[in-house]
Amino acid sequence: MNKRTREPLFHIVKRDTHSLKRIIGVRALAILLALVLCGIVTMVTTGLDPISVFESIFTGAFGSKRKIWITLQNTAILLLISVALTPAFRMRFWNVGGEGQILMGGLAAAACMICLADKLPNGLVMICMVAGSLAAGALWGFIPAFFKSKWNTNETLSTLMMNYIATQLVAFFTIVWEVPKGSGKIGIINQDSNIGWLPELFGSKYVLAILVALLVTAFMYVYLNYFKQGYEISVVGESDKTARYVGIKVEKVIVRTMLLSGALCGLVGLLLVGSINHTVTTTIAGGQGFTGVLVAWMCKFDPLTMVFASLLIIFMNRGAGEISTNFGLNHSYADIITGIILFFLIGCEFFINYRIQFRKKAAEEGK
Amino acid sequence: MLNFLLAFIPRAVVQGIPLLYGCTGEIITEKSGNLNLGIPGVMYVGAISGVIGAFFYERSFADTAAMNPALAILIPLLCCLLGSLLMGLLYSFLTVTLRANQNVVGLAMTTFGVGFGNFFGGSLIKLVDSDVPSIALTATSAFFSKKLPFAGSLGAIGDLFLSYGFMAYLSVAIALIASYVLNHTRTGLHLRAVGEDPYTADAVGISVSRYKYAATCIGCMIAGLGGLYYVMDYATGVWSNNAFGDRGWLAIALVIFTVWRPKLSIFASFLFGGLYILYLYIPTGMDHMELQELYKMIPYVVTLLVLVVTSIRSKKEDQPPASLGKAYFREER
Repeated sequence: MNKRTREPLFHIVKRDTHSLKRIIGVRALAILLALVLCGIVTMVTTGLDPISVFESIFTGAFGSKRKIWITLQNTAILLLISVALTPAFRMRFWNVGGEGQILMGGLAAAACMICLADKLPNGLVMICMVAGSLAAGALWGFIPAFFKSKWNTNETLSTLMMNYIATQLVAFFTIVWEVPKGSGKIGIINQDSNIGWLPELFGSKYVLAILVALLVTAFMYVYLNYFKQGYEISVVGESDKTARYVGIKVEKVIVRTMLLSGALCGLVGLLLVGSINHTVTTTIAGGQGFTGVLVAWMCKFDPLTMVFASLLIIFMNRGAGEISTNFGLNHSYADIITGIILFFLIGCEFFINYRIQFRKKAAEEGK
Repeated sequence: MLNFLLAFIPRAVVQGIPLLYGCTGEIITEKSGNLNLGIPGVMYVGAISGVIGAFFYERSFADTAAMNPALAILIPLLCCLLGSLLMGLLYSFLTVTLRANQNVVGLAMTTFGVGFGNFFGGSLIKLVDSDVPSIALTATSAFFSKKLPFAGSLGAIGDLFLSYGFMAYLSVAIALIASYVLNHTRTGLHLRAVGEDPYTADAVGISVSRYKYAATCIGCMIAGLGGLYYVMDYATGVWSNNAFGDRGWLAIALVIFTVWRPKLSIFASFLFGGLYILYLYIPTGMDHMELQELYKMIPYVVTLLVLVVTSIRSKKEDQPPASLGKAYFREER
């Protein structure tokens, strides 16, 4: 053959096997690189030397008993949000409305605490809170799911708009219930009677959220992997044509899954209001509805991996918070750090899924 | 009534212009098949990059009257374009070269971008050891919001059409140019081909990656200008954290509202700008201020309804680019 064809320097091949060792290796490397970059960014902005950067991050997250508890509690909340969003994402339903569903759950809990405090005994108030939060979150998940299943409305944008509608609802009720009038805040609800304050387990106010998160994570793992409904979710996510072919009612699955996803987000709202903050504000979810989406995605919707991912993000978040407090910097510093880690973790997926094949190597393999 | 409209419309237009920039940028991006949910973050980065540029330029003068008008405008403008370009490159690198999921990258970019804006907005003074109490670039802003000299003397017409800073006209011009390029040039045709079916486009020799990169970066740069307009013109050069709010998301929603037509987005942006401030004009009475919070919901409820209605009608010519949101991998069919 005299005719020569020019071959590109490299081409990209999809891997067909994913060894666990490789996945962990690539991710660990990505996290390491992200940490190095975070360290450099911190050095530039604060003038700290690299060792003290990581020292401050570590003290911020695990510096004292109280800090450890708060880190664990925040991890539990982020984990719970990610797990709550997971069934929707497995179905390829882009539920970016976690923020709104959390707010609605929190709002419902606060409403019960404020309006029922002097009418019902404490136990009944709590039952109302649980029922109300789950229902409110589920409703906020149901509306976009209904539109999606009925008319195929773009769920990314409709859930996003539901967030802002929820935010304004909370803002509205904040002014209705504000204490004292004109302050624009609700303040701690039932500070004297503690009605509707969820119980402290084992003498610590942090345990409840952690316990609920672990239980829900375990439940979700079993539900998605061993239940018929979980299987249906996966089939719809892979291909809704296949799902229809095998007789799964896609519309029903979408609505059912979003009811579950929304209700679990509502549960987060309940914990935030009833157990952690004892008040409701428009920023109570603090953007974690979005971070949860990213955690769920990066963990390939596996609830168990999410435990580590949310711990990593909260760890860096708390550490960045410590640094920004020490140096009088803005608290959004944590968002920058979170962003850097996320970019690296998202980017590293490529090296898990694909392989770069160089010209020379390809020729050798061809022999 | 007429007086009310005369007061209302210019304010609605001013509110609509950041949306118009964001919307035009996102339309160009989406035409290449990239659904960039990072636009809210990009707009923050664009705004803060411009602010940083202007801050240093203004700081180098003891007396702001000595500033060179051309440089005072060019420096923030170029900084803004550069900042947004970097965000665009980041998005393209992750989604086109590394084939990451577009929604995930977009959301991460929004987290990062909003954090970036608020961090530097809140810490810039501290970081450079300046002694000013807050970022107030009134001198730079004066150049940006300079009206046409004869606007005041033309009465109602002057108020309606001529009472804006130059970036307002720029936004309309960009939207018109984008509309022309998309629909009447070969480049636009190629871009649409890439967005509709990258495999076919690739087969006829169009470089899919190059178009995706270019469209995303140009789109981000245009969107970033929206942030710059907001802080330099609308907010008179005063940076306050989170003030830009959720306009970036509304801009993305507007893309669907305008069914991917930049020309339509001019009017749609002004309409949404009006909805955004409508709550100020609905009387509530002094003892029911809480109702205002409900009225602030209007733009979002309208967007949601529009989404639902367009999906019910589901006309063939109103569909998104067919490959929107999907990564392109030549070897995979």
